[in-house]
Amino acid sequence: MEWRWDFTFEILPRMLWATGNTLLAAGAGYLIATIIGLILMLGQRTPNRLANMAVREIVEFVRSTPLLVQLFFVFFVAPQFGLELSAWTSAMLTIGLHYGTYLSEVYRGALEGVPRSQWEACRALNFSVGYSYRRIVLPQAFPVALPGMGNYLVGIFKDTPLLATIGVAELMHTANALGAETYRYLEPYSMVGFIFLIISLPTAMGLRRLEAMVARAQGKIEH
Amino acid sequence: MSYWDFLVEYAPKLANGALMTIWVMIGSTLLATAISLVFGLMRLSSNFLIQGAATVYIEFFRGTSLLVQLYWIYYVLPLMGITLSPFMSGVMALGFNFGAYGAEIVRGGVQSVPRGQWEAARALNLSAAQRMRRIIMPQTFSLILPPAANLVVELLKATALVALITVVDLMFVAKQINATTWLSAQVFGTALIMYYLMSRFALVPFLRWLEVVAARKAGKI
Repeated sequence: MEWRWDFTFEILPRMLWATGNTLLAAGAGYLIATIIGLILMLGQRTPNRLANMAVREIVEFVRSTPLLVQLFFVFFVAPQFGLELSAWTSAMLTIGLHYGTYLSEVYRGALEGVPRSQWEACRALNFSVGYSYRRIVLPQAFPVALPGMGNYLVGIFKDTPLLATIGVAELMHTANALGAETYRYLEPYSMVGFIFLIISLPTAMGLRRLEAMVARAQGKIEH
Repeated sequence: MSYWDFLVEYAPKLANGALMTIWVMIGSTLLATAISLVFGLMRLSSNFLIQGAATVYIEFFRGTSLLVQLYWIYYVLPLMGITLSPFMSGVMALGFNFGAYGAEIVRGGVQSVPRGQWEAARALNLSAAQRMRRIIMPQTFSLILPPAANLVVELLKATALVALITVVDLMFVAKQINATTWLSAQVFGTALIMYYLMSRFALVPFLRWLEVVAARKAGKI
């Protein structure tokens, strides 16, 4: 089978429109994940032992089961309880929860990486807890968390093709549909791969840059 | 239908699916390991071409998505005259994809063996092959096992994708039962628990044990 350029250009507008949906799904999913991650991280740091353990077990369970199965679980089970979730809503919820557990670990590691003495110094200087977090602890934790946060942004982006399985009209879904309509699979699937490549490579490179910039701003790297 | 009745009726089917999941995982872990070692060492080559080829491979497979690679191998390769069974396509996609991630781990591991070890091996007049096999690799293994173990746990989860190219694994069986019975909560819930049990109580303990063995071999314990 030969590559047909006329066909490629014919389907290009639809593919680009679907790329927009893919980016939207990745961006919105990431936003939800960062918030859920924060909640899960706080849940693991509460003074209540029982709550800590429960949250940790939930995180462990979600992290060790496949996103694809979770996606189907949310999409098919919610209606059984009278909750009609659209494909988009289920997708955003599942990605948010799945990657939220990963991000909570990133946050936790970063916060635990701030030396105890920083907290002690804050107390000695009579700073309030909120002020200590805002001015002392978080600025030090943030650069530590940044690489992990960046990796999971790219990770979510690369997992968005799974959303096609429950009917979210993103790139993979569109490629499947085009293949079914025209019986040509070479161009749609190859284009999906190519589009992923030209988005994820510069993003990964940009993130490395950003990390270096933040590290420099923190005075970690001499220039 | 109570959950117990559901289990009596469908647990054997799900267990068969889980068995296939394990086979896919073993096959792709082996392939990924071989690819990691080859491309990880190629990345360290002083030959510009070899190093470049490894970099292109790694960036390509890490930059495109696993599902895209899977569909490409299963649906597009046959158009070029290469037809693979669903199982082989799944193992290859998973092996190639995770091999690319593993190669970076191998590269990092070899690079973090202290320089002094390389120099000492040379001073003792070991050949390049002996140096790699007896001095560098054993130390590399204990260094790369923790991150490699994480990758294998990720791989177990990723095997669920092969259901989408009709490999009859746990996910596929779950989808099938769901389509005929609409007992979604039971079937997908059970599948989630089975994946969790496989990961938490079989795979992870096994990988921890491997880490201990490798650490002992490297003289760390």
